[in-house]
Amino acid sequence: MSAGQNDNELISKVLRGDHLAYAGLVNRYQNYVFTLTLRLVKNREEAEEVAQDVFIKAYKYLADFRGDSKFSTWLYTIVNNTCISFLRKKKLIIHSLDDERVFAKADNQDAGFRADGVEQKSRHVMVGEAISRLKPDDASIITLFYKNEQSLEEIAQVLGLEVNTAKVRLHRARARLKELMETHYAHEVKDLN
Amino acid sequence: MNTQQSMEERLWEYIDGTATKEDRLRIETLLQSQAEWKEKYSELLEINQLLHSSELDAPSLRFSKNIMEEITRLQIAPATKSYINKKIIWGIGIFFITLIVAILGYGFSQMDWTTTGKSSFPEQLSKIDTSRFFNNDLINVFMMINVLLGLVLLDNYFSNKRKQFRKEA
Repeated sequence: MSAGQNDNELISKVLRGDHLAYAGLVNRYQNYVFTLTLRLVKNREEAEEVAQDVFIKAYKYLADFRGDSKFSTWLYTIVNNTCISFLRKKKLIIHSLDDERVFAKADNQDAGFRADGVEQKSRHVMVGEAISRLKPDDASIITLFYKNEQSLEEIAQVLGLEVNTAKVRLHRARARLKELMETHYAHEVKDLN
Repeated sequence: MNTQQSMEERLWEYIDGTATKEDRLRIETLLQSQAEWKEKYSELLEINQLLHSSELDAPSLRFSKNIMEEITRLQIAPATKSYINKKIIWGIGIFFITLIVAILGYGFSQMDWTTTGKSSFPEQLSKIDTSRFFNNDLINVFMMINVLLGLVLLDNYFSNKRKQFRKEA
């Protein structure tokens, strides 16, 4: 239905009153938005709720999208703002690299995973898990860059940063991810080399 | 910044394609001649490929249906620019700037410009009689807000100019 139409065409349709055209945008971006919210919120049910909220907000304020950036960049700005206010409201304890409890729990899960007879996790699972163990800030910048295919300029716009700051943050996030993978997924990382 | 960190950052820039042409050439030379660089490059490249190939998470099957049900009850809000008049914003800005200029003008008019030698500029500033105007907490708070808004406006103006300058460069 909407596969052949680009974002701007779908947006024009929605603004002209064809609200069903919005389904095209939802289907196109739901996985990207959900992945990003999941990285920030770190809980599936809550991430789904926040992601729905994002799409509803985007629909409500669609007339404000001026088209001077990509629709995805505008949408991810809403994701970022919605997640920040959600986390503020919830006063979520941000899991950091040095949060021992998280790692103790994760290590137990790893042990259980291996005990089930599965010797190796797939690379994708390992990367996904490693990203989800990062701080929300680090996880979101990595997700935006690698999964949501945003350029550094677009990431800077989404996060409200200068391009150079975004670049430095991305470097730091990757360094932390690498450190994390080497510490907690030593087996898998060794197999990669 | 230590060498290891610097090497990683430069290699990430090379992998991301954000390194300058000169830096790219320098890194390529280093990759051919230095084993340490080559090893680190393969390591980072592997992580980069892993990150690129990692999969997206999918929400539940009802996800889009829930959204579509919700939006049928909603109306799209009119664009902000259609109900916010820029002239009003500028008018408010100009009002605050005028107020700040008036306060400064009053301050300077209180100074004795004819004195020379003994009385220096900072000393004269301390002699300004502000008690007639700043004698109420509310007025003081109001003035502080004015000054802050003025500074924000000035900051916006300069950051826009800077962005414009960067674009032109």
